[in-house]
Amino acid sequence: MIGLTYIRYELLRTLRNRRFFVLSLGFPLVLYFLIAGASKGVHSIGGTGISAPLYFMAGLASFGTMSAMLSSGGRIATERAAGWNRQLRISPLPPRTYFRAKVITSYMMALLSVAALYGAGAALGVSLSAREWLEMTGLLLVGLIPFAALGIALGHVLTPDSIGAAMGGGVSLLAFLGGTWFPLGNHGFLHDVGQYLPSYWLVQASHVALGGSAWPGKAWLVMAVWTVVLSSLALRAYRRDTGRV
Amino acid sequence: MGETVALLGPNGAGKSTTIDMMLGLLAPDDGTASLFGRSPADAVAAGAVGAMLQTGSLIRDLSVRELISMIGSLYPQPLAVDEVLELTGASEFASQRTQKLSGGQTQRVRSAVALVSNPQLLVLDEPTVAMDVEGRNAFWRTMREFATRGKTIVFATHYLEEADTYADRAVLMAHGRIVADGPTNEIKAMVGTRTIRATLPGVELDALAGLAGVSSVDRRGEAVVLTCADSDRAIRALLDAYPSARDIEIIAAGLEEAFLTLTADDAQASPERAPATEARR
Repeated sequence: MIGLTYIRYELLRTLRNRRFFVLSLGFPLVLYFLIAGASKGVHSIGGTGISAPLYFMAGLASFGTMSAMLSSGGRIATERAAGWNRQLRISPLPPRTYFRAKVITSYMMALLSVAALYGAGAALGVSLSAREWLEMTGLLLVGLIPFAALGIALGHVLTPDSIGAAMGGGVSLLAFLGGTWFPLGNHGFLHDVGQYLPSYWLVQASHVALGGSAWPGKAWLVMAVWTVVLSSLALRAYRRDTGRV
Repeated sequence: MGETVALLGPNGAGKSTTIDMMLGLLAPDDGTASLFGRSPADAVAAGAVGAMLQTGSLIRDLSVRELISMIGSLYPQPLAVDEVLELTGASEFASQRTQKLSGGQTQRVRSAVALVSNPQLLVLDEPTVAMDVEGRNAFWRTMREFATRGKTIVFATHYLEEADTYADRAVLMAHGRIVADGPTNEIKAMVGTRTIRATLPGVELDALAGLAGVSSVDRRGEAVVLTCADSDRAIRALLDAYPSARDIEIIAAGLEEAFLTLTADDAQASPERAPATEARR
């Protein structure tokens, strides 16, 4: 397969960027210990029936993985500014492989972030069955698909000096409306808005601990719609982006 | 040995636009672009074209060797990485990370990125703009070596000397149109006019116009300006006939001026009368 070597070097490149690596893994961890550490003994946070360490573990995992997925946008914007994107376009690299490499790289960062937070959660007493760990991870990975597309779309639209602000603000807002910092409750404005955001359902992955299914049909629908919309935006942004930056 | 063609024109002539269309980065507003009998996108996808674009730096966190391997892996018949490193003089720093390279080293790696693709057609968009003299010479040595493998090279430049020295054929562009196309020596004769300026009071302009190598004359106060097809012959003739000429300057016409002359021909239908203004280069 022609793209394998290319994808391998893309992964290697990301792993070698140590500053990016340490910051994107470390920041959610620090936040987790600050927030969940303070409410370690809470067994049912905000009436959800979920312990604070577990709730915030999923909350910060959604925050960390959203950042990880969108960070591909920052890398793309930098590559565009360097003229590298144009160099790739005049090579036989198929757009499919280009996207695949970006998505795989983002997922690798997201998985590392999830693993770090699971470790931190276990340290604060989170204990789940193997099935629950797996189910939660599966839901997180599915829930990140729209963010993979969003990262690529932003990377092809924004410049390196604007994308940092856009991503920082965007992730904070989505995390807030998704319930990363506190449960949004079962009614009210925030709850109503959150329901339609993929970040909300990422945080809701912690509900695996309650038995049954953590995502109702509505969650899958919301994810599907966001995925379709953002993927087509990403494709459009990529196609239009052939000029000099 | 493949043909090396210069796409020659002043800034804004449409060279980069032409190249972008050739590479499928830009769709023509009107008409079609085709390469090897197919669309540019198909030719690019088949790996038949390689290019070094005007601006561009490298992506970081890979060694030079890794970067070249990465790009080479995308092409059906890449050159061997070691061969490319050797050819571009990048062997000594092949294990350096790309973000730690000097400007000159970066340029060599950029050439390597273009060459590893081993294309039938190599397109270079003002490749030497960011290079110093030494880098330029090394670059063209490398490209000549590549051309001996039967490859076609098309490069855009606004340096007449560069086209003259390195190309077999030059295509002249101005205002988005081709104004001339031919062997470089012909093109050079066409646009390579020089101007002689000398202080020479009270001389008859008609007499000066009759000197060998002079195509037109003009007076600027006490000075005369001779536009020459052959400035070597003209200066000898001038000094033989008028030993008192002083403050002599011989100025090569810049491409911009030469193009103004060429494109003004249509409007004025009188090439000899077109004034050669002073060159900036």
